[in-house]
Amino acid sequence: MRAPRRAPEPVQVVKQRRDSTLRALVDGVPYIQFLGIEFERRGDELTGILPFDQKLIGNPLLPAIHGGVTAAFLEVTAIITLSWTYLWADVESGAIDASGLASGGMPRLPKTIDISTDYLRSGLPRDAYARARIVRAGRRYASVHVEAWQDNRDRLFAQATGHYLMPDRRE
Amino acid sequence: MADRDKIAQQFMEALPHSKALGMRLVDMKDGCATIDMPYDEKLVGDPETGVIHGGAVSALMDTCCGAAAMCHPKNLGGTATIDLRIDYMRAATPGQRITARAECYHVTRSVAFVRATASDEDADNPVAAATGAFTVEGGR
Repeated sequence: MRAPRRAPEPVQVVKQRRDSTLRALVDGVPYIQFLGIEFERRGDELTGILPFDQKLIGNPLLPAIHGGVTAAFLEVTAIITLSWTYLWADVESGAIDASGLASGGMPRLPKTIDISTDYLRSGLPRDAYARARIVRAGRRYASVHVEAWQDNRDRLFAQATGHYLMPDRRE
Repeated sequence: MADRDKIAQQFMEALPHSKALGMRLVDMKDGCATIDMPYDEKLVGDPETGVIHGGAVSALMDTCCGAAAMCHPKNLGGTATIDLRIDYMRAATPGQRITARAECYHVTRSVAFVRATASDEDADNPVAAATGAFTVEGGR
């Protein structure tokens, strides 16, 4: 006879755990708040959102989003997505307490080694979106590709590839 | 300072995002630019250590490399970034100003090639390096 299957967790418990993990990763970082970057979550998929703001303008004549803002947006999306993926299994299993993450319980996170950004079109004065794909995550290094668009998902205005140093698990 | 450089400096100071980060044009001449940025708590990437976010260093590098491309004698107008790669060598020391120095080392009719380094007060030990390609206007 099979052992009785455990009842699935209530959906609110699952959502609460995932959303508080994401909030702990994003809300505590002053620079992410300064740029106004937000994240939307569908299951484990994250989308970075950069709502347009006047202070993000680089060239007031066009006007266009500052290339540094575009680079920063891609960089933030890449590292948050990588950190989120890195934490995912431990948060889901309960090995990491999601509710304690915001109050100093955050483990060491990946660090950027380098990032290379391609500017494909000028960033228009409207909201931008970005999604990152982890191409490879090894024990020590990870490679992440990230794409950003504005009006049309297929018309990227920038893309980047970054390399990351993963935290030492023994610490 | 030539009129063209003066115009470029005024233009730099008119960039809303560079202004929001407190960037200051220190020098801009013949394809070389120096721009610095003060430490600011709103630019912190790691609240536990107070280290500035890499993205803010990227914004400084992009501005500085763009300025170097713009003030090269062979570039007649504005410029836009084609690509920019940044290597993060170490964390910038919290509380210290970051200074970027960029050099536009080659210009063709269409492309300006630029490299840059960024340091905090320990100038011999850079925090980041960058290489990039920028558009050249008025060449063709």
